[in-house]
Amino acid sequence: MNPHMLWRKSMNVLMLSLTGLCALVAVSALFFILGYLVYHGGKDVNWSFFTQLPKPVGETGGGMANAIVGSGKLLLLAALFGVPIGLLGGVYLAEFGGIAVPFVVRYTADLLNGVPSIVIGIFAYAVAVMPVHHFSTLAGGFALGVMMIPIVLRSTEEFLHAVPRSMREGAMALGASKWRTISSVVLPAASRGILTAALLALARVAGETAPLLFTAFGNRYWSPGWNQPIASLPVMIYTYAVGPYEDWHQQAWAAGLVLLGLVLLTNIIVRTVLSRGASPQRS
Amino acid sequence: MMATAHTTVDAAGLSWGPRALLRRLRTGDEIARLVTLFFALVVVLLTIMLVVQLWTNSAQARHRFGLSFFWGTTWDPVAGQFGALPFVYGTLVTSALGLLIAVPLGLGAAIFLAEMAPRRLSDNLTFLIDLLAAVPSVIYGLLGVFILVPLMRTEIQPALKTVFGFTPLFQGPAYGIGLLTAGLVLAVMIVPFIISVSREVLLAVPGDQREAALALGATRWEATWKAVVPYARTGIMGSVFLALARALGETMAVTMVVGNNPRISASLFSPGYSIAAVLANEFSEATGNLYLSALIELALVLFLLTFVLNGLARLLIVLTTSRGSGVPQA
Repeated sequence: MNPHMLWRKSMNVLMLSLTGLCALVAVSALFFILGYLVYHGGKDVNWSFFTQLPKPVGETGGGMANAIVGSGKLLLLAALFGVPIGLLGGVYLAEFGGIAVPFVVRYTADLLNGVPSIVIGIFAYAVAVMPVHHFSTLAGGFALGVMMIPIVLRSTEEFLHAVPRSMREGAMALGASKWRTISSVVLPAASRGILTAALLALARVAGETAPLLFTAFGNRYWSPGWNQPIASLPVMIYTYAVGPYEDWHQQAWAAGLVLLGLVLLTNIIVRTVLSRGASPQRS
Repeated sequence: MMATAHTTVDAAGLSWGPRALLRRLRTGDEIARLVTLFFALVVVLLTIMLVVQLWTNSAQARHRFGLSFFWGTTWDPVAGQFGALPFVYGTLVTSALGLLIAVPLGLGAAIFLAEMAPRRLSDNLTFLIDLLAAVPSVIYGLLGVFILVPLMRTEIQPALKTVFGFTPLFQGPAYGIGLLTAGLVLAVMIVPFIISVSREVLLAVPGDQREAALALGATRWEATWKAVVPYARTGIMGSVFLALARALGETMAVTMVVGNNPRISASLFSPGYSIAAVLANEFSEATGNLYLSALIELALVLFLLTFVLNGLARLLIVLTTSRGSGVPQA
C-alpha cells in the first residue's frame, strides 16, 4: 500500500471514530445531568418535600409543597389558554385555510415559537401585570400559555394533514357536513398525535423559569385563588440555587431532581407509548 | 372538470354562492370556519401585540438615548445612565463561544447518527438527544453553579492560563464564573438542536450522492465529508442559526454562571453580563419609568436579533429539505 493510500485510510478511521466520540459525548451529557441530580438531590426527595411549606431561613427541613401545587396550577392555566387556541387554529390551517391566511398564521406562529422566553415574560408583564399593578397566577399562566400556542398549533396542523383523504371522503359520501366530518372523523383519527404534542408542549413549559420571574413571581406560602403571586418549582430552584444558604442548595438539588424527573418521564412516556403510529411522517 | 356546476369551488373544497352559503350556515360549516379562523387569527394578534408592547413601552428610552443606547458602556440606574453595549457584548461573546464548541461537536455527532450508525442505534441515540433537549434551562444553571463553576475555578481555568496565558483572552483571576463558563453551558444546551436538525438534513441527502463518491474510490469519510456534507451545507447552516437564536435568548443558565457584571473586558475569564440575564435580574426590581423602559428596549433588541436569525434559519432549512432547489452548483 502506498503512503498516500495509507494516509487516506487512517484519516478515514480517525475521523469516523471522532464522529462516534462526538455522539458519545453529547449523549453522555444527559447521563451526567441525571447522575449529578440523583447524587446530590436524591436523599432530600422525601415525604416532607412533597407535603411541607419551605421553612424559614436557618431551620432545616421543610419542603416545596406550595411550589409543586403552584406549578400544577400554572400549567393548568397554560393548557386552558394555549390548547384551545392552538387546536382550533390548527384545525383552520389544515381544514379550512386558503393560501394567504394560513401562510401568515404559520409564519407568525414560527416567529412566536422562536421568541426568547424572557421576552414572553416581559410581554406578559406588560399585558397582565402592569395594568393591575400586582403579580398573579393568571399572569404566569398566560405567559406559559402563549409559549404553548405555536407548538400545539403547528403539530395539530401536521397531524390533521396526516389523516388520509379517503376518510374525509367516506364521511362526506355518507352526507356528513364538513364540520361534522372534521369533528367526528378527522379529529378523532388525529387525536393521539395531538394529545402527544400537547403533552410535550406542557412538559416544555413546565421547566420554564424566565417567563415566570415577573409574572407569577414567587411565594413562600400557599397562594389561594388565582390573583396572587405563586411559587413554582423552576423559580424555586433558581432562587434557592443562587441563594447563600447551604440548606437552600440542598433543596434546590431535590427540586431539580423532581422537576427533571417529571419532565423526562412525561417525554419518555409520551414519545414511546402515545406516539406509536401517531407520527405524521409515517402515515 | 364539472361543466354543469353553478357554484365555484375554492382551494379548500368549499362551495360559494347564496344557496350554498345558506346550506353551509345551516349545517354549521360556515360557523365552524369563522370560529376556527378567529382562533388562528388570535395567534397573529398576540404576536402583533407583543411587538407593539415592546415598542411602545420602550419609547422613553428610545427617545432619550437614540442610537447611543447601543454604544453606551455605562449602566447606572441610579444616575439614569443606560448603555447597552456591555450586555450586547456579553450576549454575542457567550453565544459565539457556545457555537464554537457546539458546532463541531454537533456536526460530528449528526454525521455519526446519519451516516455511520445502524438505523436502530441511530434512532435510540436520537431519542436520548431529544431528551437532552427537553432538560429545562434552570437545571443546566443548577449544574453550572455547583459543578462546572468549581471545576472551572480549580482545574480548567488555571490549566488554560498556563498554556494560553500569553494571550489576553485567558488572563486575569480564575473566578469560575464568567463568559467562558457561560459559553460552555450554552454549548451543551444547543448541541441537541444542532444534532437533530443536521441529522434530518443529512438523512435527506439522496443516496446516489454518496454512492457516486464511493464508486470513484473515495473512502467512507471522504464520501461523507466531500459529497454528503457539502450537499447538505445550507441546511446545516440553518441548524447553526437556529442554535444561535436559542443561545442569544437563553436566560436562566447564563444568568446563573455569567457573573452578572456589566463590564467589557478582553479576558474570557472575566465576569460578564448578557441581555437576557440583565432582564432576569433587574426587571422585577426596576424603579422608575426610564429604567423600565431601557430594560424593555433591551428586550426589543433581543427580540429583533432572534427574529432575524430564526427567519434566516428557516429559509436555509427549507431550501435544503425541499429537494431540487438546494443542490449546490459548485
